[in-house]
Amino acid sequence: MPAAIEVRDLVKVFKKGPRAVDGIDLRVEEGEIYGFLGPNGAGKSTTVHVLTTLIPPTEGKALVAGYDVATQGADVREHIGAALQEAALDPFLTAREHMRLQTALQGLPRDERRRRGDELIERVGLSEAADRKVGGYSGGMKRRLDLALALVHGPRILFLDEPTTGLDPQSRSAMWDEVERLASGEGVTVFLTTQYLEEADRLADRVGIIDGGRIVAEGTPAALKAEIGQPSVEAVAADPSDRGRLAGVLARFGQDGDCPQSTPEAVAVRLAGGEGNLADVVRALDSEGVAVEHLQLHAPSLDDVFLAKTGHSLEGEGEEGDQAAAHAPQPA
Amino acid sequence: MSGSLALQVGALARRSVFRTLRQPAQVVPSLIFPMILVAINSAGLGKVTEIPGFPTDSFLTFALAIPFIQAGIFSVSNGGSDLARDIETGFLDRLALTPMSGVSLVTGQLAGVLVLGVAQGAIYLVVGLAAGAHFEAGLAGVPVLLALALCISFAFGCIGIFAALRLGTGEAVQGLFPVLFVFLFLSSMNLPRNLIEQDWFQTVATYNPVSYLIEGVRSLFIQGFDGEALALGFGFSIAIGLAFLAAASASLRTRLTRT
Amino acid sequence: MSVGRYRSVALVVAWRNLHNFFGNPALLIPSIMFPLFFFVAFAGGLSRVEDLPNFDFGSGYTAFQFSFVLMQASAFGGVFTGFGIARDFESGFGRRMMLAAPRRSALLTGYALSALVRALFIQVLLFGIALAAGMNVDGGAPQLIGMSALGLLVNVTALMWAAGIALRFRSIQAGPLMQIPVFLALFLAPVYVPLDLLEGWVHAVATFNPFTLILESLRGLVSDEPFHTGAAFLAALALGAVFLAWALRGLRAAEAAGG
Repeated sequence: MPAAIEVRDLVKVFKKGPRAVDGIDLRVEEGEIYGFLGPNGAGKSTTVHVLTTLIPPTEGKALVAGYDVATQGADVREHIGAALQEAALDPFLTAREHMRLQTALQGLPRDERRRRGDELIERVGLSEAADRKVGGYSGGMKRRLDLALALVHGPRILFLDEPTTGLDPQSRSAMWDEVERLASGEGVTVFLTTQYLEEADRLADRVGIIDGGRIVAEGTPAALKAEIGQPSVEAVAADPSDRGRLAGVLARFGQDGDCPQSTPEAVAVRLAGGEGNLADVVRALDSEGVAVEHLQLHAPSLDDVFLAKTGHSLEGEGEEGDQAAAHAPQPA
Repeated sequence: MSGSLALQVGALARRSVFRTLRQPAQVVPSLIFPMILVAINSAGLGKVTEIPGFPTDSFLTFALAIPFIQAGIFSVSNGGSDLARDIETGFLDRLALTPMSGVSLVTGQLAGVLVLGVAQGAIYLVVGLAAGAHFEAGLAGVPVLLALALCISFAFGCIGIFAALRLGTGEAVQGLFPVLFVFLFLSSMNLPRNLIEQDWFQTVATYNPVSYLIEGVRSLFIQGFDGEALALGFGFSIAIGLAFLAAASASLRTRLTRT
Repeated sequence: MSVGRYRSVALVVAWRNLHNFFGNPALLIPSIMFPLFFFVAFAGGLSRVEDLPNFDFGSGYTAFQFSFVLMQASAFGGVFTGFGIARDFESGFGRRMMLAAPRRSALLTGYALSALVRALFIQVLLFGIALAAGMNVDGGAPQLIGMSALGLLVNVTALMWAAGIALRFRSIQAGPLMQIPVFLALFLAPVYVPLDLLEGWVHAVATFNPFTLILESLRGLVSDEPFHTGAAFLAALALGAVFLAWALRGLRAAEAAGG
């Protein structure tokens, strides 16, 4: 079965500029949500711009909906929708007027335009605001309209370039629900770029991690995290003089050859037996009389994957890296 | 599904007109400012009609052509800024993802400018007549005047679109505003070319296409139907428009790098 | 706050503005080109006006127009400094300065100092180019210094008007509000012909316009036919004082709004 998106050795070099995409291969099956994860400047948006035919590739080949992006641009555009990084809207038009424009440009039959426009406006929850100028919309409303406009002509492949950047948690959650519904309910293939770990973790069937224009890892979120290894446990001794004994206890449960990592306050070790070891750790600490004031289980995150593959962390490089860190998996 | 050219132009034209009319900050100054200037200049230069050879005894009648050009200059700024904003916000990318052709983008964008240009021309005529100006061409000349206003708006609108596509930012387009005023001032704006005393100034005004736009409009007020003046006025405005339309299309190919 | 501290705040604000002005071609070049352009357009394009009966100005039309251009350049130089104030407050930089300066009026003094230096720079250029173009100057050194001083007073007055607007609105969107009243005040003076050759409502308005007194005085100085020079200086100083109070009230408004 042909892939929805197939990319081979894709390169994009800007004039007098960087090698923004440096030879990537990827394949996205129909109906899949593919998460393209990476920090700012990694090449995510450039890749999206090439795949949506907005800029030509320098080298390599990319097929979207079976059409070559370099030579069959018009055919590609007929089968895709895109909501790019900026919610590109006209502040002087209302949502309904945006729909009218978009449906006309997409060539929908006249008698279908209004119906389709109203249907999509209702679907994204903008019916009440539909006749207000977009200049007065909140960020979340603009994003919703942006998504609705991308769906006007019923595309089979949807490109979303950082669709929830800058949104409040409620709007973000609503956007996630809509993306999941499009994929699972309508079989739309979604190519989603993001710098948020949680977003990729939550939505993507498979994730491609890009850094410096190259894909450094690819797979399902679970498989990628499993590659990194077992969860780790981190503890802070109630009495600082017990740090040594704490380290000794934890070392018994660590993976072979894995020494406890210490910071001035905490001791951490990767558990040989995974999450199941946690109860044993607690019992051991108790029987040794080592009191702890803090005990936390850290499951590997996609940031750990990124760190392992690139040597630097994704968190803190993104726009809201701190927020992403705050959403890291909680201990069992 | 792909839209026809007419459909695309219509959709973009409609948007362009809405957008223009919904920006009072664009519409009002381009209506009021030229009228204020012509009122001040007419009063300030009223005595100039006593210069031997001056074609009319009403400087207001003589000067009423100038707002048509000033309105055109405003349309460069306004229309160009609107398109530049589309480029800056990514709205142009949105349009690029539709089957919209480059030609329909450019012609559709012009629509708002053209509608405003004709409306402005009508308002200037009415206000001018109410203030005592004379319109020698009479009722038959009104459609000719509005057609010339349309062509002048077309010329300057194309300049604005070219500037937006070439420069890409609203600030850069606005920077053209004073440059265009230079063309206006170094023309037969305040005196007929044959009465300009300084040879170099007269030469510059003779080679300046804006002089012929002014003189075309002015001829309807003063002489009535002056074939040569009208031919030059229409000719230059259409030629300028077409030249910049071609340049805009070339710039669009660079700006819109879609495959 | 000690005098020394006040002075150092004012000087560093002036330094920063002058550094930006002289280091940024986008600011420097238009400040030079516009006055020159108006000088060329008016003196060159309208020189025939001096042939009008009762046009009685001994030093020639070039010197006649130079006086207006000097006043216009001075006034708009002040307005453009006001644009800078608006930009500073819009971007938050104004708030940063207000946090640092114990006496906020030192900021206004700094802006005024930079405006004066800019105006003086433009004046020197204008004088040089006008003289090179063959302008007749019948006044001596004291008269030319008097012209410069009067121009600088106009500059500060216009700055204080613009600053008052800028500090109240704290947005460059208020630019037209700063610029248009100054433009109207200047052009409702005898720009093209002497006051007694104006007719109608413009004559009435110009008679009461304080800029008429300043302009005619400038013309009197360049032609060594003094015209109420003392009164012109008094008018300029009075206007300056009024708008200084306006600007200081604006500064209080900016402080109350937290910058």
